[in-house]
Amino acid sequence: MSPETINLTLKVWRQHGPEDQGRFITYQANDIPTAASFLEMLDIVNERLIVEGQDPIAFDHDCREGICGMCGAVINGRPHGPEKETTLCQLHMRGFQDGDTIVIEPFRARAFPVIKDLAVDRRALDKIIQAGGFISVNTGQAPEANSLPVPKSNAELAFDAATCIGCGACVAACPNASAMLFVSAKISHLALLPQGRPEAAKRALAMVAEMDRLGFGNCTNHKECQVECPKGINITNIARLNREFIKAAVSSPEEIPVFPAGRPEALQMGAK
Amino acid sequence: MNWVVSTFSTSIGKKYLMAVSGMLFLLFLAVHLVGNLTIYGGAEAFNSYSEHLHALGPLLAAAEVLLVLAALLHITMGVTLFFQNRRARPVRYAVDKTGGGGRTIFSQTMPYTGLAILVFVIMHLTAVSRFFVDRTQKTAFQVVTELFSNELYVALYMVFMVIVAFHVRHGLWSAFQTVGANHPKYMPFFEKLSAIFAIIVGVGFGTLPMAISLMN
Ligand code: SF4
Ligand code: FES
Repeated sequence: MSPETINLTLKVWRQHGPEDQGRFITYQANDIPTAASFLEMLDIVNERLIVEGQDPIAFDHDCREGICGMCGAVINGRPHGPEKETTLCQLHMRGFQDGDTIVIEPFRARAFPVIKDLAVDRRALDKIIQAGGFISVNTGQAPEANSLPVPKSNAELAFDAATCIGCGACVAACPNASAMLFVSAKISHLALLPQGRPEAAKRALAMVAEMDRLGFGNCTNHKECQVECPKGINITNIARLNREFIKAAVSSPEEIPVFPAGRPEALQMGAK
Repeated sequence: MNWVVSTFSTSIGKKYLMAVSGMLFLLFLAVHLVGNLTIYGGAEAFNSYSEHLHALGPLLAAAEVLLVLAALLHITMGVTLFFQNRRARPVRYAVDKTGGGGRTIFSQTMPYTGLAILVFVIMHLTAVSRFFVDRTQKTAFQVVTELFSNELYVALYMVFMVIVAFHVRHGLWSAFQTVGANHPKYMPFFEKLSAIFAIIVGVGFGTLPMAISLMN
């Protein structure tokens, strides 16, 4: 039995570089095996484009198994496509019908300037991590595991938060392009564990200040992030971030760092 | 920078101000509604409520000052957040869908319903408050009856009450989420309360003109 295939019409955002205006180009993608993943479908289209001497569609990807957070585009208005808790690389063409038209756009946010086509610069998320999304420990012998008791519920909540792969779909989905779900996941997974407590106040203030500086929007509780997050990160984490932040601001000696003003470097790649 | 200023200049700080001032308005709505329902007791009951309220004197003045300050904060923060959020996504999506369970018509219209409520509040205060209306000649009940005898005003008033209900529907649970009070133990309650209180406010205030026309 020959594998089942479908014919699709793709409307893909093409943009030569950060300064280019960008536009949608329509491609006919025929004979796409339904067993292919979404990215494999784009690979097939790209191979055909290359044969025709055209510029292939640029898109980000790495692991292709839903764990690295590199892939992502907006498919018919949905970051990572229509499947629940699924990254774009794990989305399969069997979810589409023969004759479907698929509109493919890059993640849109001021803090995520387009590099080329569907590839966007998400270094802003790395900068937020650099501002405080870590714990400072001296390496050495691993301590006795039972010397630091962790309540099971905290361990589970921390683990759930730690499954965030930093893909940025929450920013793309948010009507305000807010990064609160990402930041809240990172804050939560450290704040819930004893190892994260010593720097919790400093971390909350620094990461929020950096998030604001990079030009992300403000959360207005639309919950779109939670709907589109491929890892099912819940907005209860955002509530925890809000608590951690106000606690740090009001009751800790830490101060909100003032990051240098001016155009944040993450935005200098272009983007209007 | 002063730590208070820098705290409330951050995105989360601004949202705390939004949430806390919003909660104050919710409380005000509840008290205001309970007071207004005395209309169902007839002209006397309503006038006596109004007199008792004004007899509070300095307490009433303090509440008014607090509400005006909260309004100023809520409006300034709301406008700031609105423009910052628009700036955060300079290029819009060609196709913009929701997966369901996310944004609602209530959450998406917050800035606009908010603006409409401001217009209403100004209209309302100039029409009934003791600062704009001479109360020496008329009782509170007469002021309200006269106002509601204008059909156009009644229609407009009812539309505004639906708008207030929309704002409350997203605002109530949202305020609790923002101040960090989201827990599986009680968030389902606040979400239900959001819907129920929105209906109570919409229906409670919205049907007052009818109550009065029935009474006359
Ligand atoms: S919270 Fe979810 S959507 Fe946002 S970066 Fe993490 S995994 Fe991606
Ligand atoms: S390519 Fe790694 S998560 Fe999709």
